[in-house]
Amino acid sequence: MTPNPTFDLECNNIAKSFGKVRAVNDVSFTIPSGSFFSILGPSGCGKTTLMRMIAGFEEPTGGDIKIKGKSVLGTPPNKRNVKMVFQHLALFPMMNVYENIAYGLRCSGHDKDEIKRKVHDVLERIALPDVADREIHQLSGGQKQRIAIARCMVLDPDVLLLDEPLGALDLKLREAMKIELKLLQHQFNTTFIYITHDQSEALVMSDHVAVMNKGDFEQIGTPQELYHRPNTAFVAGFVGDSNRWTGRVKSGDATGGMAETDQGLPIKFTANGQSQISEGETVDIFVRPEFIRTLRGADRQSPVEPHETSIDGVVDSLLFNGANSRVLVRGSTGQLIEADVTLTGSGDLTPGEDVRLAWSSEQATCFARHEAS
Amino acid sequence: MQQKDIKRLTMLLLFAPFALWILLLILLPHIGMVILSLREKVAPRVYEFGFGNYIDFAMEPIYWNTLLRTGSMALLVTALALLIGFPIAYYIAKVAGFRTRGALFLLCLIPLWVSDLIRAFGWILLLRETGVISTFLQWSGAIDGPIEFLYNDATVVVGLVYTVILFMIVPLVSTLDGMDNSMIEAGYNLGGNGFTVLRRIIVPYAMPGIVSGCIVVFMLTAGSYLTPILLGGKNSSWFTEQIYDQFITRFNWESGAAFGFLLLAFTSLVIWLGLKLSGQTLANTVAKS
Repeated sequence: MTPNPTFDLECNNIAKSFGKVRAVNDVSFTIPSGSFFSILGPSGCGKTTLMRMIAGFEEPTGGDIKIKGKSVLGTPPNKRNVKMVFQHLALFPMMNVYENIAYGLRCSGHDKDEIKRKVHDVLERIALPDVADREIHQLSGGQKQRIAIARCMVLDPDVLLLDEPLGALDLKLREAMKIELKLLQHQFNTTFIYITHDQSEALVMSDHVAVMNKGDFEQIGTPQELYHRPNTAFVAGFVGDSNRWTGRVKSGDATGGMAETDQGLPIKFTANGQSQISEGETVDIFVRPEFIRTLRGADRQSPVEPHETSIDGVVDSLLFNGANSRVLVRGSTGQLIEADVTLTGSGDLTPGEDVRLAWSSEQATCFARHEAS
Repeated sequence: MQQKDIKRLTMLLLFAPFALWILLLILLPHIGMVILSLREKVAPRVYEFGFGNYIDFAMEPIYWNTLLRTGSMALLVTALALLIGFPIAYYIAKVAGFRTRGALFLLCLIPLWVSDLIRAFGWILLLRETGVISTFLQWSGAIDGPIEFLYNDATVVVGLVYTVILFMIVPLVSTLDGMDNSMIEAGYNLGGNGFTVLRRIIVPYAMPGIVSGCIVVFMLTAGSYLTPILLGGKNSSWFTEQIYDQFITRFNWESGAAFGFLLLAFTSLVIWLGLKLSGQTLANTVAKS
């Protein structure tokens, strides 16, 4: 009877209002089985509300949620086969690791031997076979994380929801857990829905990412699509770093043209496929730092390609961060521009040096400004 | 060197009031009580060391029956206070909004502004033969003649629960308040129904609060004097009444001291048993809340 059994989760036009505030606004999406799906958005964008509706803690004001093709509207949270890893994990401090994992199995009435086998099995799979008798407070941050996931996975859920579970960890551990989560997802082959405001978490781990803003999905796509071909100005600005200018189109057609920023800097751009941009329109232009070439010394005088935009400036400061080092250049129009540079340790750029920045019009993404928003 | 002396002096001064209080108001009187209770009167103004007062207690069933009765009634009051107080505390800590919470907590505190005595008289006004309830029932035709609601065990229990329930609610609210809501949600999310979540998650989490509330309430009830006397009358047979009798009516201080000590030993024993059974310690219950 299931019309589309390849989707673990389908949401059709779900909406949620709290009084007059509309938290989630007619959002629709489908998640194929066994994929890692992230919902990325700034805090207060409604992503937590959306997830709580999927888990059953909130009833949507409109629309339908289907899990494995079956509507779960009106099904209480304890009857849904959707498990959740909470932001602060919510491990039960009065139970030890074994009891925490066995809790869900007990609720569903498994017998003792089966519980024992399943708990040890899942501990084996998360590579923590010896912690069954430990108390929760004796675990490290990363171990707690894995126990929280094991506690859900032992119940074999259709969908696992993760609500920013890495937020409380320190940076090093967070980086390690990102990879580990991805591996765990592969190993269990369950659909993971990961809620986060951290774009690097979403980009690194996900098969698909939905960018959410003010209760709406701005764009759903693979991490690469979002990064290289953003559909909206919000996505372009939120995912990855960008230099952003506001300007007015001087000349242009469907494929691209020339715009002048408010500071008077002329920029060649390529129109983003989704929208038509006409002359005189106010636009936002985004250029990622890694696509900006920094030319120094004699190179500065060499002519740039016709489709390139170039600007002369003075190095304001260097932001050294190993392979991700940046240079801040104050352009002739007075604006600071960020560009990626490779710093080798000798003969590098120095503050005060004259440089020329250049980038291709293909890398200058442009969006018409919607005055309404 | 001088710095160190000043530090030491400060510590001493800070510690002094506490030490004086423990020494003068707790240790000394109790030592006096022990000595007093171990004296036997052999002739007027002639005393001998001996366990006579304790033997008297053991030999006279009415004494230890009263003690057992007081203990079991106090346990009943504790259980009732927990049963009624838990939902109230849960509502205040977890269900009510931020503003309502303060107001509800204040409402719980307001009765404390009035003394025990006045509150007990309030109950008397309501429950006596010519009181509000009896009159109302007669007026509405539910009963024919006046009914005396006072001077029975049920009234004593109700009155005591009313007096002590606040001391149950306060520690419960403070432990439940510290419980992350997501813990309850996780309980449901992993497949538990309302009862499982209450039994496996909320109650075990609140256990320190429950135990500390129960200890305070039990101690207060077993040692209470006013409410049982006023609501239960002369035949309420409360153990504190026996102690009062020995001291004041019979002027038998030796026996009264022994009784006082027995009450302390008995309630301590009950609490020790309770802690053993619930697997809690004083350090993680009363000391925490």
